[in-house]
Amino acid sequence: MPDQLLYAMEVTLNGLMAGVLYALVALGFVLIFKASGIFNFAQGVMALFAAATLVGIMDGQVPFSHLINAILGTKVHHFGWHIPAIAGILMAIVVMVFLAWAVQYFVMRHLVNQEPIILFMATIGLAYFLEGFSDLMWGSEIKKLDVGLPQGINIWIDETTYGWFGYGFFIDNLDIVATIIAALLVVALVAFSQYTKQGRAMRAVADDHQAALSVGISLNFIWVLVWSLAGFVALVAGIVWGTKSGVQFSLSLIALKALPVLMLGGFTSIPGAIIGGLIIGVGEKLFEFAIGPLVGGATENWFAYVLALIFLVFRPQGLFGEKIIERV
Amino acid sequence: MFYREAGDFSTTYAQDSQTFPIRFDRYRYYAVMALAFLVVPFVINDYWANAILLPFLIYAIAAIGLNILTGYCGQVSLGTGGFMAVGAYACYKLMTAFPEVNILFHVILAGGVTALVGVLFGLPSLRIKGFYLAVATLAAQFFLVWLFNRVPWFYNYSASGQINAPERTVFGIEVTGPNTEAWATYLFCLVFCAGSAIIARNLTRGTLGRTWMAIRDMDIAAEIIGVNPLRAKLSAFAISSFFVGLSGALFFAVYLGAVEVGEVFGINKSFLVLFMIIIGGLGSIFGAFAGAAFLVVLPVVLKLVGVDMMGWATDIVAHFQFIIIGLMIVAFLILEPHGLAQLSRLAKEKMRLWPFPH
Repeated sequence: MPDQLLYAMEVTLNGLMAGVLYALVALGFVLIFKASGIFNFAQGVMALFAAATLVGIMDGQVPFSHLINAILGTKVHHFGWHIPAIAGILMAIVVMVFLAWAVQYFVMRHLVNQEPIILFMATIGLAYFLEGFSDLMWGSEIKKLDVGLPQGINIWIDETTYGWFGYGFFIDNLDIVATIIAALLVVALVAFSQYTKQGRAMRAVADDHQAALSVGISLNFIWVLVWSLAGFVALVAGIVWGTKSGVQFSLSLIALKALPVLMLGGFTSIPGAIIGGLIIGVGEKLFEFAIGPLVGGATENWFAYVLALIFLVFRPQGLFGEKIIERV
Repeated sequence: MFYREAGDFSTTYAQDSQTFPIRFDRYRYYAVMALAFLVVPFVINDYWANAILLPFLIYAIAAIGLNILTGYCGQVSLGTGGFMAVGAYACYKLMTAFPEVNILFHVILAGGVTALVGVLFGLPSLRIKGFYLAVATLAAQFFLVWLFNRVPWFYNYSASGQINAPERTVFGIEVTGPNTEAWATYLFCLVFCAGSAIIARNLTRGTLGRTWMAIRDMDIAAEIIGVNPLRAKLSAFAISSFFVGLSGALFFAVYLGAVEVGEVFGINKSFLVLFMIIIGGLGSIFGAFAGAAFLVVLPVVLKLVGVDMMGWATDIVAHFQFIIIGLMIVAFLILEPHGLAQLSRLAKEKMRLWPFPH
């Protein structure tokens, strides 16, 4: 088989893996959007905050240590204990649930019935707040996150493909694990929203706020639930991305990667988020591989957006979005 | 007592439709203009010009531009940074290609080029709406920044990838380059800023502004009563981008002098200008000024208080700045969605009735 084709196949596979990771972030958006009509720009920063919190808890960092030191003149930085990953993750989930409650109580409760674009801008403000808060709480340096996920080249795939084509594919173990996690997460979320009482209530709220209220569903509870779920998805995304490239500011930018995925797949569809993620992942990797060298490289920054933009002009609601019906 | 329309009779149609119908407002406006043009240039120094006044004037132009698009026409744009970059690079290419032409024309032409690019990226707005469009404008942001970063023609093949403003004069006085004086750059920006504000104010209360507002309030209804959405949206994109391009050109040529596109015109710039109009007030020219002033002064004040008075490290103060800006945005959206401009409107209402409560 010619080399170019093999490279293209490897790039495609890596693109699929990257696409799964984008889809993972995009899922958090879809969840909140479906249940409350809020387009949550802060999802990426939530992933950053969740991952930083997890590292902080596991390493026993003192929260706000920089601020405490600056005010009191002390030199605290660590409690000096290490917490196993599973306990750390549980505690981080508690923190994310608390964050969900705070967002609902202090912000979203007051913005009921506002236009979607106002809510969108409010979440941009929330993103700024969380970004500063996260840095202030845990420090802004790059942190290493290790919860025991395998990393490095997958030997089995490398050897098998070498046996087939005489050329070993480089596939990261972490990407494979991430794919499995994402698949499990999707199955769990779909099962939750289809078969549990809370899931049904969630869909009822998404359908019609007032009707849901009138049959005795607590809006406040559902919204806290939804934001907690989004926080949980953010934590998972934060763990995977944090293991991959360290917990740092750029983690919050994955939200910007997820946006075109959403536009492509439609804001309201979980399968859409996944297929959109795969299309964008493969598309941008192949484009960079084929066209990138001709135009100076680094096309990954914008390719997804331009693809989504062109796509939207022909199908404004995305691949799987609900048909937009407007009335005067 | 003094803030009254009583006794101030209009005898012509022009008088009746003037921008400031109340005499006190009119005189205050003249006083502010006189202060800005005749007093400030004589007392200004480099610190005030570079830390507060220049960024304020330049951001005010950008905020006016974005306010036309978002506040008046209802199309949220997150591509302001990219369009400012278009203005900056257009100005740079014109300055280096036609050194004998006055820089005044370069800056205006840079606005024109940006208007064309704005129309191009505004085309999808005919099909997609709301935050789909907001996200679509991010395409402009990322693509344009990438373009200026990667295509060497735009930065004249310079080794550093930066663009540097050559020295240019207006009426024999240097306004760009390293040897400028504070008052000259200030006046140069002030002329553009005042001009933009007057043009924008008059556009928004004319036919064009009304069609924009009709589109903003409900585009289908507007279309039914005979507003052409194609013309209204694209003209909003064009005029908004024109002002944003002006501000980008000034930001590069007069204020910074040297620009690395990813750093200066990144997505944070887009958010900054958006925050200015949210805090200042959507759909108000005064709001653009108020918001720009607020967000230019806030970091300076925070630095004064945090670093100089409390002795904290700069990174802690920077984190606080994020927190405070985020909180302000959320608080304004909840408590006063029309921003500082609405607060000033309320104050005026109170003044008209004062000292009687009703």
